[in-house]
Formats: sequence, structure tokens, C-alpha cells
Amino acid sequence: MERTRSVTKKIGSIEFSLLSPNEVRRMSATKVITADTYDDDGFPIAMGLMDPRLGVVEPGLRCKTCGQRVGKDKCPGHFGHIDLAMPVIHVGLIKTIRNCLRSTCRECGRILLTEKQKDDYLAELKHYERDGRSNAGLLKQAITDCVKSEKCPRCGREVGKIELDKPTSLRENGKKLTPSEVREWLEKIPDEDLPLLDINRKTARPEWMVLTVLPVPPVTVRPSVTLQSGERSEDDLTHKLVDVIRINQRLQENRDAGAPQLIVEDLWELLQYHITTYLDNQTSGIPPARHRSGRPLKTLAQRLKGKEGRFRSNLSGKRVNFSARTVISPDPNLSINEIGVPIQIAEELTVPVRVTSHNIDWCRDIITQKYSIESLSKAYVPGVNYIIKETEGMRRRIKVTEKNAQDIAEKLQIGSIIERQLMEGDIALFNRQPSLHRMSMMAHRIKVVPHKTFRFNLCVCPPYNADFDGDEMNLHIIQGEEAKAEAELLMKVQENILSPRFGGAIIGGIHDHISGCFLLTHKQRKIPVENALHILSAIGDEGKNPKIIEEENFSYITGKEIFSALLPDDLNLEYKAKTCLNCELCQAPKCPHNAYVIIKNGKLTQGTIDENSIGAFKGRILDRIIRDHGMDAGREFIDNVTKLAISAITFFGFTTSIDDEDIPEEAKRQIAKGIEKAMEKIENLVKAYEDGQLESLPGRSLEETLEMEIMRVTGKTRDMAGEIAGRHLGLNNSAVIMAKSGARGSMLNLSQMSGCVGQQAVRGERIHRGYQYRTLPHFKQGDLGASAKGFVASSYKSGLSPTEYFFHSMGGREGLVDTAVRTSRSGYMQRRLINALEDVKVENDGTVRHAGGQIIQFIYGEDGIDPTRSISGNAVDINRIITDVKEGI
Amino acid sequence: MPKKTSKKEDKRQIIEKPEKSEKTKVIKSVKTTKKISKKIIKSKEKIPVKKDDKKIEKIDLIQNKENLKISEEINKILNDNFLPASIIDAITERVIKDKTLEPKLNQIITKSLEEYKKNLIDPSEACGIIGAQSIGEPGTQMTMRTFHYAGVAEINVTLGLPRLIEIVDARSIPSTPMMNIYLRDEYRLSPDLAKEVANKIEITKLNDVADIEADLTNLVIYVNPNAKTLEKKGTTTDELLESIKKIKKIDAKLEKNKIKITLDDPSYKKLLDVNETLKDLKVKGIDGIKRIIIRKEPSEGYVIYSEGSNLEKVLEIEGVDPYRTTTNDIQAVGRVLGIEAARNIIIQEAYNTLREQGLNVDKRHIMLVADVMTADGSIKAIGRHGVSGEKSSVLSRAAFEITVNHLLQASRRGEIDELGGVAENIIVGQPVNLGTGAVELVMKRITKKV
Repeated sequence: MERTRSVTKKIGSIEFSLLSPNEVRRMSATKVITADTYDDDGFPIAMGLMDPRLGVVEPGLRCKTCGQRVGKDKCPGHFGHIDLAMPVIHVGLIKTIRNCLRSTCRECGRILLTEKQKDDYLAELKHYERDGRSNAGLLKQAITDCVKSEKCPRCGREVGKIELDKPTSLRENGKKLTPSEVREWLEKIPDEDLPLLDINRKTARPEWMVLTVLPVPPVTVRPSVTLQSGERSEDDLTHKLVDVIRINQRLQENRDAGAPQLIVEDLWELLQYHITTYLDNQTSGIPPARHRSGRPLKTLAQRLKGKEGRFRSNLSGKRVNFSARTVISPDPNLSINEIGVPIQIAEELTVPVRVTSHNIDWCRDIITQKYSIESLSKAYVPGVNYIIKETEGMRRRIKVTEKNAQDIAEKLQIGSIIERQLMEGDIALFNRQPSLHRMSMMAHRIKVVPHKTFRFNLCVCPPYNADFDGDEMNLHIIQGEEAKAEAELLMKVQENILSPRFGGAIIGGIHDHISGCFLLTHKQRKIPVENALHILSAIGDEGKNPKIIEEENFSYITGKEIFSALLPDDLNLEYKAKTCLNCELCQAPKCPHNAYVIIKNGKLTQGTIDENSIGAFKGRILDRIIRDHGMDAGREFIDNVTKLAISAITFFGFTTSIDDEDIPEEAKRQIAKGIEKAMEKIENLVKAYEDGQLESLPGRSLEETLEMEIMRVTGKTRDMAGEIAGRHLGLNNSAVIMAKSGARGSMLNLSQMSGCVGQQAVRGERIHRGYQYRTLPHFKQGDLGASAKGFVASSYKSGLSPTEYFFHSMGGREGLVDTAVRTSRSGYMQRRLINALEDVKVENDGTVRHAGGQIIQFIYGEDGIDPTRSISGNAVDINRIITDVKEGI
Repeated sequence: MPKKTSKKEDKRQIIEKPEKSEKTKVIKSVKTTKKISKKIIKSKEKIPVKKDDKKIEKIDLIQNKENLKISEEINKILNDNFLPASIIDAITERVIKDKTLEPKLNQIITKSLEEYKKNLIDPSEACGIIGAQSIGEPGTQMTMRTFHYAGVAEINVTLGLPRLIEIVDARSIPSTPMMNIYLRDEYRLSPDLAKEVANKIEITKLNDVADIEADLTNLVIYVNPNAKTLEKKGTTTDELLESIKKIKKIDAKLEKNKIKITLDDPSYKKLLDVNETLKDLKVKGIDGIKRIIIRKEPSEGYVIYSEGSNLEKVLEIEGVDPYRTTTNDIQAVGRVLGIEAARNIIIQEAYNTLREQGLNVDKRHIMLVADVMTADGSIKAIGRHGVSGEKSSVLSRAAFEITVNHLLQASRRGEIDELGGVAENIIVGQPVNLGTGAVELVMKRITKKV
């Protein structure tokens, strides 16, 4: 919206190069010679580290170089410099220096290759450059060739052996080279030999890698903090620079006074240490410089490095305004596209609106309406927080208060910008960390609601992976018109129903929506007309009118008919429901379990609606509606299913409690008997093993075979218990309804609660760690039986014995550890994947290319199909086309 | 000595004979298997055990003719429009099955074409990021449990997240190398022949087939072969003797049923050394293949599964079907079969790892990752030693890992960051060159004519 502020200049490219000593001096605002920062009166010392020519930190003060202030005029600060008494090696470039010395002659400075070799390498290098290949291998080869030669092919000087003593000293044939000597040597290397040393002659000279002058960063880079006590606390970099200057001064004094060589060398070494730690305080081989408190100083390299470093923390990720964060809670009455924003947040966040001749009246209204009498009776009235006036290039931001509202509204000018509070229908981005995929950040329409939490429809939980046990989420208000349009078209929840991961819906009915539909549509439920209308009222006047069936003094509507109200007329589908038992002999259309769904011309005639119909990931109806009728219809369907199902389940009533896991005494006896039998079997297995009669499986030791056999028996036992328990838990049981319809939980959970928990495992094996030859002192040493190795025969409901409880916790602990390890490992894998693939995109010609232009694929995914639009991975739905053609549609 | 050479020749002959007699057959079977292997890639069809080659060839011929006819017709209808081969194949298959569809072919193709065009990916789509997210996001849902039994109950295989990380890392040796060795025609049908092949593959150590006794008083070692295991492993005492003779500075002789080993210059220490080498002596088989399991698969016959992998050597074994035999060692596949094969194995392994965990990820995402890893002809890892380390942008590399070194290197080399990628543009605060950021709107102002 703000044309004037939009990017008009674009950074085309960034070139990196080494700074030459001359360049350092040229860009320097002052030479720094005093190690002190401030004098006794608190003023910065001239030519000290806080010289006002290096820029200023305190607001209001003016920079002596450019005459501007720090905040508004944006004086970025200016570099200074320190002239080093003696040259010092740059730690980060020591390896390059070593390579340079190894492959050049000390006498003539030429590369240790014959003219022919050199030309060959240079020609090859050109080839590599032309092909865009990495030349790292070739250059390495050139250096090894150099190292091999014993005499300089030009001047015939013997080549010395160069060794590197980490971190910063070099030796030739065991004799230490001083940085001065190194620098002299490097100066001799001619420009034409540099490409083979991997140095660009246009931007760098080897001798620049030995420092003779040190740039001093502006004060803005290392601001000092004034504590409440009036004391000043300096930045780590300043501390380090103080050290450098001090030693540099002493070195100079000593050298000029003609002090003994030994003292000068010691000081030189100390200067080298200080500059090394100034550049990188984590150089291996030297102790890190520490603060008085003992904390290692954070110097230049540490500022850039790692997760909290400048690159990852401040450049790749930035802090933003116009955002909010609070706890989330559910609200089934909102559409999936909406989000409930608390009034307090809505009054704080704003949207900028430019005042034009078309909207000036509206703008005046909105400034004043918040403070009008009528608004007192309303829950929320949006107002205006600030007005930005622009006069003669000066921007002024004025806060709107109750007092000045009227005045401001009257004086409102065209061209100003008002920052108005949130209104219903504004669009905002909603996000939950970890943002693992693009559906972790979607656009919602704002609805202002009371209380203090964000609210949204439960169907949107899966893409955010959110629940309501205290999760918090973030909201970002969109500020520009262009961004608004993009968010609306690309990021709205309804545009993200289909996941690009597999081309299916990841937003769909969950939990109560599924059990609600199940209750409504299972078997032929007859619902008296007045009740049915009550249920239907939830979806308002949308949908079709269901058929009322009149019987003698009883007129009703079937549940299936009610559900059919949501289906479009042209919907024809047949599939198996989640409740399908996979009978051996499928009687599809006449399924006795009501598990075969038939929808004809938008009427549900057969079967039960459950997870396979409306659920996320699997919902067939949902999938079909989105494909045939578009995202809008999909959103509407999900919204209506939510409303209808909630209405139905509230009407029928639905509860689950501990007695849902009750099974008759008879069943309990059967399970106990089965467990007893299994125990016996295991005992026999152990006995056979001990007697040496157990036959080992191919490729397995006897012990492994025994373990596998026992694991199989225990697994079967749990299944048996579950099967018996399941037989006594019918569809009149709420817990079973939830499990069978796919709303929540599984039959395994139920059988563990009512039947038997089963074998506990650690690392996929029975529990075997603990004491010597036994897991717990409650068992005999060497006991290989079921209960001694973690088989839990009790059910959760009957309660676990102490030993069982202990084993169960062991298994549970493993799960917790597993999750903790997994999140970090998979997080790092994803970071690597993203970094490797972030620049890959589909070009206009259909090829897939890297940012560098390298072709990755000639056609995306071998067929050019968007996975989001694919039909479960296929390019086109051939089955459907053929049936369509057959029926002559 | 002459004895030895004659024996060698004998062996060769035995091996060569079936080769010769088979040669004509082999060529034929290669033809069919080629076709079949293509089919596998496309439709995952299971190959029925064929007993009568001629009949099948005939049926194949008829089908081929029909296939040709229909695909010709399809091409005519397509009229230079592009439809992926998989769709054409599926349509052909359906039309052959249901003759009534043939007159409606035109309609089917136009409809398919219409839908195909509708489902095409949009230009400037950030398919890389979407792919990375689609593989990374389900990572959090995977198990860490390293070992699992995949298909064959007897072999442990790394699965889940650790395996996926391994694939993405392009690790040179997987933590649990494994091979599925398919056999050629008669070998897969006969248990004996299969066993023979298996014996050639599985590594057999001397210790497995013989008892080794060191006689310390006489400084002699006796190797006492176990007749039963010898037969089971398909070797003879002579073969043992031969491989023992390969050890330097010893002499081995056959004495009754035992092999007597004497040292050239006997000493107590050397005897023990030789004893150790003998225990670990490879008699037969291929290095790296630790264990073998032969299973009979329905509609396939005998298949050999091995723990440990050595693709180079296994493919040389007579009777192994080189077209279908696979390993999970990606680098080995790249070495032996080339970069395209490596790409395919990356896709297959990653896809199966995800699917085994019950996670549904579109194959195109995995293909993209595999293609990025193999685009320049070598297998590169996803990470700082591979793809990310070779990016052209300095800022992007610096923002990923080893920040300081990349910056110093860039300044020495005078590198220029062209700001073409995502990370660089975010760093300098510019719109990224993807999706809606890749296009600009140009408006032509309509000026009223006076």
C-alpha cells in the first residue's frame, strides 16, 4: 500500500574481499592509540576506543564524523584503526598462509611448478570454471605437486619444509618464522601465480593475510551499557581491543627503546594472542580470553557463529511487530477459516489504512466511534491507535486518545495513514511452532471474541498439531494490500485442506464429529420429526430438505437422511467404512454390519459415516467434494459436518467412563484361563531350552530363538485377551463406538484396559536388565518365565501388581526417551533437507532447477504433476474417467 | 604340484559345462527378464513362475501386437500432446481387458488429457521446500527403534528415522547392509540349485566346517573337517586344503581325513598366530556376506536374502539374476550400476522406509531429493559435506554451518554472491525468487487518444 516505501533499489550481488592495509586506513575515521575509554568526567577520550568520531550510542549526541544522531538519522558508525607495531598473523587464514608458503619459493616467491605444469593447471582451471565445476580437488592436487618438488625450478633454491604449529606459528625446517618474515615472503608472490593458490588477485593479496593494521569497529557495534549505579559496562569487543592497544603500545615502546630481543618477542607473541582471541575466542590450542568473572569473552567469530549467532538468529530470522501470542482453546462454532481473537489483542494490533477521498468519512467515523455513547453498549468497537502524518518528508506518529479523537478526526487529511484496530473479517496469519510444514502457518479471518484465548475450529488441529493442554500460538496481522491478497488466495485454511505431502485432505472431522456422525447414521436410526429438526437447525437453512416418513401417529426422519442434507446432489460413491470387519465373504451392498457405504445422487442409502467418510487423511466424501466442487464447498462441508455432528451428539448424549471397560465375570475367567495356558506354554518352552531340546531357527542362536518364541506367545495372549474382551464390548458401549468409528482410541487400548496389558518391551526385547541374572529381587536368578521378564497379565482396570507396575514404567520410560531423541534428530535432518532443497523450483519451461541454474529434473516428478492435486499419487483418476465415459457423462 | 593344476582345470570344466549348454537359453531368458524388469518398475506386477517359455512368448506376442495397436491409436489421438507413459499404459491395460471401451478411446484420452493438464504443477512452485517439508515433517512421527524385521523374520534391518537419516547422508556403508538376491530361471525353481548358489555366496570360514587342533608339543596343527557340514556347505576337503595352502610360510598335507599343517620355521608364537589365521580363514563365499537365508516366495520360487552386502561379487555368481538383485547399499549400487541406478535405489529405500512406518509421502518428493543428491553424477549427501557445502551462495553456506570459515574463504577467493537463492535474499531483506516472488506485474497504461 505504501508505494513510497517499497523496494525500489535491489541488491544485485555482494562481493567478498580481503581488506588491504591501505583500505583499512582509508575507511578509518581515526587512529586509536589510547586504551582508555572515558575520562573522569565521563566524556569519551579523543583517539580512544569510544572516540565520538567512531559514531555514538547515546540518543541525542551527534557523531563527529557525519554529524548525525544514532536513532533517527541513522548514523551507522565509522571504523577506526590501530597501527600494529609488528605484523600479526590472522588466525582464520593460517591454513591459506601455510599453503602459500609450501607452494612458493622463499627466494623468488614463484610457485614451485615448472612453467609447463603451471600453464597446464591454469588451462585446466579455466575449463573447470567454464563448466561450473568445483575446483577444490584440482587445487589440492596443484599444492601436493608443489610440495613434492625439492628445488625451485626457477632460482634453484632448496625448498624448506613448512610446518604449522597450531594455532598461529609457522616453521621452516624447524626454524620459527616470524610474522614479519612470513609477510616479506608473501609479498614476493607475483599476481600471476595466485590463481593456483586459490586467491583472487583482484580482491586479495597474500600479504594482507598478515595484519599490519587492525580495523576498530564502530561504537554502535560494541555499545557500552550504563548500569543503574552509573557505572559503565563495556562490551566484550571493547575489552579485547583495550588489551590489544595496551600490548601494542608496550611492544612499540620496548622496540623503540631497543629492549632485548627476548622481551620484544614475548610481547609480540602476546599481541598475537590478543588479536587471535579478538578474532576467534574458541581457537583450539590456546586458552580462551576470559572476563573478570571467568566467563569466556564473546568475540567476533562467536558473534556470527551458531544458532544464537548473527546469521541464524538475526539475519535468517527476524523479530516482527504486529504479532500476538496467547493460549489456544477450541470453539466448534467457528468456521475452519476463522479465528477468535480476544478483545484485548484486537485493541492492541492494528491495520494501516491510507486516507483517501473515498474513505475519509469512514476514517473520521472510526476514529471517533470508539468513544461515542452508542459504543458503550457494544462488546467491541474498533478504534484507531495511531495516525501517521506525512508533511514535507517528516513523518509524525500521533497517538489517538479519548481526548484528542474528535480533534484529530476533524483535522484528518488525505494522504495520512490511520492505524485502525482489528475488525471482523481482517486477515491474519496463525502459526504454531514447530513449523514443520507450510500448514503450520495459515491465514484465518478474524473474529473478535471475549476472554483471553485464541479460539479456532477443532478440525484445524491436525495441520498445526495443536491440542489444548496449554499450547500457545502466534498471530501476525497482515499490513499490506499485496500481502493480504496473497494470504487470502494462497494461505487461507480452506486452500490448505489438501496436503502437498500426499495429495489428500489433512483437515477433516475429528473426535466428536466422527462419533456424532456415527451415532446419526449407524443402522436405521429413526428420529422423531421435532428432534430431527432440532438437530438440523444447527446447520441453519443450508443443505437439502430431508424426507419425512409418516407412520401411524409417528413421523420421523432417519439419521441417514439427516446426514444426506449435507451431500451435494451429484455425489455417487461406494466404499468400505472404517467399521468394516473385513469378513471373509463380503456381502458388500447388504453388509450386515452396516459397514458398506453407498451414496447415490447425494443420498446416503447404506452404511455408516465414520472416519473413512469425513475424517482427515481418509475421508472419502470429503476428498470427493473438494475435487468436484472446489475448496469453498469443501470448507462448507467441513463446517456443516462439525455443526451437525456436534448438534447430534449433544442431542443423543455421549459419555464414557470406567464402567465402559467392564466385562462379565465369565469373560474374566476365560482370559485368566488363557493367560494360565500361555504361562504353561512359556514354561514348557523354557524347559525345552534348558533341556537342550529347543530347535533353533535358521541363523539364530538358541537364546534368540527362545526369546522370539516367547514373544510370540505373549503377543498372542494379549490378542486373545483383547478378542475375548472385545466380544463382550458391543456397539452400545461409548468407548467401543469411539474406537470402531475411528474417533479416538483403538480396540487395543480397550483390551489393555479391560483384558490384559501384555508384554512390556525395552529395545524390542523382553525386559532383562536389572540385577545379576534377574530383573528384580522378587524373582529367582535365571528365571526366564513370563512374569519375571515383564509380562503384565493384569488389565489397567484391575490394576497392576508392584512388579508389573515397575516393568510397565520401564517400557513407558523408553517411549519418553525415544520421543526426546527423535525430535532433535529429525529436526536436524529437516534443517539439512530444507537447506539443500530450498532453492529448487519449477521453472517456466517445466524443468526443475537449482538457484544456480543447474537442472535437477527435466520434468517435475517424471510427469509434471503437482502432488497436491494428484489422485493418491496418480496423475489422473483413470478409474473415474472410465466409469464416467462408460456411463456417458 | 601337477596334481594341483589338474584339479583346478577339473573344477573349471565343471563350472563351464552348464554355462555352455545354457548359453542359448540364457540369451532368451535375458530378453524376457528385461521386459519383466521394466514391467516391475511400472506396474509392480508379480511374475508368475513360468514353466513353458514358448507359450508365454506367444501370449506375449499377441499382447504386444494388441498393445502396439492401441498405443498407436492413442498416439494418433494425442496428436503431439504429452501424457505420461504410466497413464497410457494404464489406459491400454484397461482397454485390452474391456473391449467395449475401444470405441470410446478418443473420449477417454481427451478427458485424461484435460485432467492431466489441470493437475500439472504451477511454474515457480517451490517444489524443493515442499519436498523437504514433506519428508521432514513425518520424521517426527517415526520410531527410533533401530531394529525391526522387514519381510524376513531372520534378518535385522535398520528402519525408521535412523535409516532415513542414513539414506539422506549417503553413508558409504549402511549400518545393516542387506541384499535380496533373485535367481535365474531354473535356479529359482530348484531348491538344490538355489542352495548351490547360496553356498557360493555365503562366507564359510574354516572354523565353520572343521575342528582346528593345535598340537603344541609337536608344533603341528591338525584340521579335522566335519563331513556333515562340509556337505551342507558344498565344499570338499580338497578345497579346504587348497585355501589353506594360500597361507604363506606353511605347508599343508592331507593325512587320512585330516589336514596336517607344519610351519616352515616352527616356533611356538607362530603356531598360535597361524592357528588364529586358520580360524578366520575364508574357505568359500564372498567377503561381507555374513549370513544367508533361502526362502520360497509364492509366485517367484527361491529367493536368497543375505545379511551383509557385496554387490560387485554377488552379480558375478552364476545363477544370480543381475536384473532384479538388489542391495540397500546405495554407494555400492552407484559404483556398480551407475548413477541412475543409485537414484532409483535412493527412491526405493526412502519410500519403503516411510511406507513401512505407515507414512504416506508422495513419490515425487522423494524423487526430487534423490535427484538433488545425484544430479551431478556422484552421490552427494544432504548436508554440509554434500549438497549444502557446494552451494554457490556464500551467505547461504555461512547461514547453514561453519559460518566463519565460509566467510573467510569467500573473501580470499573474491567470491560474488549473486543473491539467487532463498537464504541470501532473506538475509539482505529482499523478496525471495520463488512462487509469487518470482513474477512481477507489468501494467500497460492505456492512454486516451485525443
